[in-house]
Amino acid sequence: MKYLIVAAGILSASAAVADTPELTVYTYDSFVSDWGPGPAVEEAFEAVCACDLKFVGVDDGAALLSRVKLEGARSEADIVLGLDTNLTAAAAATGLFAKHGKHVVVDVPNPFGEAGDWNDKIFLPYDWGYFAFVFNVGEGAPGSFEELAASDKKIVIQDPRSSTPGLGLLLWVKAAYGDEAPAIWEGLSDNIVTVTKGWSEAYGLFLDGEADMVLSYTTSPAYHLIAEEDESKAAAAFQEGHYMQIEVAAKLKATDQPELADQFLDFMMSDAFQSIIPTTNWMYPAFTPDEALPSGFDKPIGEEQSLLFSSDEAAAVREVALDEWLNALSQ
Amino acid sequence: MAERAQPINARTGIGAALFVAALILGTLAAVALRAEEGRGLGSSDWAALRFTLTQAILSAVLSVGLAIPVARALARRRFAGRSALIALLGAPFILPVIVAILGLLHVFGRSGWISQALGFVGLPPLSIYGLHGVVLAHVFFNLPLATRLILQAWQEVPSEQYRLAAQLNAGPRAMFGLIELPLLKRVVPGALAIVFAICLTSFAVALTLGGGPRATTIELAIYQAFRFDFDLGRAAILSGLQLILTAGAALIALRFSRNHGLGAELDRVLRRWDGTGVGAQTFDVFWIGIAALFLLLPLSAIVLSGLIGLSTLPIEVFKAAGISVILALSSTIILLLMALPMSFAAAVGKRGIIEISGILGLAASPLVIGTGLFILIHPFANPTVLALPVTAIVNAVMALPFALRILVPRARQVVGQYGKLGLSLDMKGFPFVRHVLLLRMRAQIGFSAGLAAALSMGDLGVITLFADPDTATLPLQIYRLMGAYRMDAAASGALLLLVLSLGAFWVFDRGGRWHAEA
Repeated sequence: MKYLIVAAGILSASAAVADTPELTVYTYDSFVSDWGPGPAVEEAFEAVCACDLKFVGVDDGAALLSRVKLEGARSEADIVLGLDTNLTAAAAATGLFAKHGKHVVVDVPNPFGEAGDWNDKIFLPYDWGYFAFVFNVGEGAPGSFEELAASDKKIVIQDPRSSTPGLGLLLWVKAAYGDEAPAIWEGLSDNIVTVTKGWSEAYGLFLDGEADMVLSYTTSPAYHLIAEEDESKAAAAFQEGHYMQIEVAAKLKATDQPELADQFLDFMMSDAFQSIIPTTNWMYPAFTPDEALPSGFDKPIGEEQSLLFSSDEAAAVREVALDEWLNALSQ
Repeated sequence: MAERAQPINARTGIGAALFVAALILGTLAAVALRAEEGRGLGSSDWAALRFTLTQAILSAVLSVGLAIPVARALARRRFAGRSALIALLGAPFILPVIVAILGLLHVFGRSGWISQALGFVGLPPLSIYGLHGVVLAHVFFNLPLATRLILQAWQEVPSEQYRLAAQLNAGPRAMFGLIELPLLKRVVPGALAIVFAICLTSFAVALTLGGGPRATTIELAIYQAFRFDFDLGRAAILSGLQLILTAGAALIALRFSRNHGLGAELDRVLRRWDGTGVGAQTFDVFWIGIAALFLLLPLSAIVLSGLIGLSTLPIEVFKAAGISVILALSSTIILLLMALPMSFAAAVGKRGIIEISGILGLAASPLVIGTGLFILIHPFANPTVLALPVTAIVNAVMALPFALRILVPRARQVVGQYGKLGLSLDMKGFPFVRHVLLLRMRAQIGFSAGLAAALSMGDLGVITLFADPDTATLPLQIYRLMGAYRMDAAASGALLLLVLSLGAFWVFDRGGRWHAEA
């Protein structure tokens, strides 16, 4: 008993020393990297919150969810930032996340209802993008999956089992073609040079000339344009429409800093955060800041062409879609 | 085995072996125990097992098979640049996988150098993607390692044996039967087992060069279980399968590797009288040339693409390099603290447990070890805070199989040769270790320390599961640069990593080579 009192004393003493509250945000690794949004976001939030914002980077979105599941209710995290809508159904099912209780109007295309609506009670969006095949300007690009399959263009894609964009492509084909998806994959199989573990490998292979096109985002050419003044890359517009990735964040129920966490979520949707996103995360902000988006961020397709499974549909369809993909490409 | 007096006891070594086994099996158990109901192994897992075994066996046989003539040629020739070439043999092995793949593709890819050359004469580009590509890449990674292991064995042959063979006028065939065949029997099974184990856990190489999901390995299935299905039970079963296969390979290797006393030596400078014929010389030049080309072309591709962005390399990369150097040194020290007692224990007869627990480090999936450690540490401490110590220990365990392969044969030889002398002088325990073993094992200690330092420097390892923004290692920083589109800077980071790793390797390896060979 005496030890407990001593321990309690030490704990409260150290809590008194650390009087600036700490907010821990789990996110994917590229967010926290020196070239991602992390450092600028940390600086901007700490300027207004009188707190210490601590990012913890975990590989990618899927790994992030595994990590939260592993830690359960004892997680150190107050906020998890970086899941996408393909993962939110599984994340919500853990029961670890708290409702945000906010009404927001978003600048994210909404294939399910009124523009600007956001119906998720737990997760709030911070950015989004369209998956697309990036190619070298001047080489020409197909205008649909069918044209791509009929062409002799070579592509590099990512494995849906280990990569978020890979899963995105899987769902893109499924959303566009439904039961015809296996036939599309069979048609594409001779176009696929190889399948990589993650986005970096695939993009590296493309830049090295191993393929004519690579699965990435419509915003990828903007990086080359803005950071390298290189106009040689473009994203192919497909007439089926483009599958979206909406990246979201939520507060954990077990957080010991609920107010601070709410403050962070509000901050996340404000101009200060949103204006950092385009040229660090290379995605569209979910709440367009007052200042105009940099050139290169013009939307390539109309909102009516955006494809997306709701998070429940995505959870239900992904295993079937994976089996179809494996069967078609393992022939 | 009958107990007889030994100059050293095996307790510390067995303790270290048990620690390693506990770490690997304990993390596996931690993952298995956290598992909820899963779906067990499916047909796709068995397909993955078949592919994994096929490519691992092919890769092992080819890597070791080709390494024999290369090592033989290197052992009996002396030429300018030989030691540089031998040092470079460590290079493919220590590169981050993705960097090595890009280097290989610069040479063998669809728009690589060979394809371009073929294009000039009107031939279609090379198609590297497929089983042959996987095996090619694995040979690129492992041929140099196998060569070094076999070469090491060649250099352990006392120079008196060559002298004696020359005196007896032994021809090439007799030389082979008397000296080289026994030596190969001693080293080849172990080398096969180690390359097999390395290829068994291959994932990114197999997938990328295999051209798609046909090339799914067990490690990828583990990844899928963790990340796509969150089925920890299946991940644990698959990882257990990897361990069993590797332990099986190690046991078979142990059965087949015969042990021959090498006889006494007087530490004379090595001189060879054999292999002077034109045929033998051509043969050796051919093999050294082929191996050097195969090794140096992709490496020069990596160096060339790294030079472009060198001036723009961000400061964060150098900071990460500093962390990596410290990590590599700590990991090397931990490795030696485990590997030396283990090799002494193996030398006095406790071979089985040492070799098996030693090779398990190769078979263990980094994802399973990392996750298992996470589950074990999380109740007591914040794993992120322990990222660097944990990574140092895991890297040391991963390097242990290589170190044992290098240290154990020599330790046996030294104990066999000097053990009785030591006992007769009542020189046992630490004095024997200090005055005899460490001294006579300097070359092997240097080699294994160099390998461990380089491996640790280049390994992405478990740090990805634990890292926070401030403790990025150099390989992690290279991946982050790639993830942020900065491929040129990443290539330069890779060049820096290559230089640092080779530098560390060279310093240790050179420091240990006391029979200052050419």
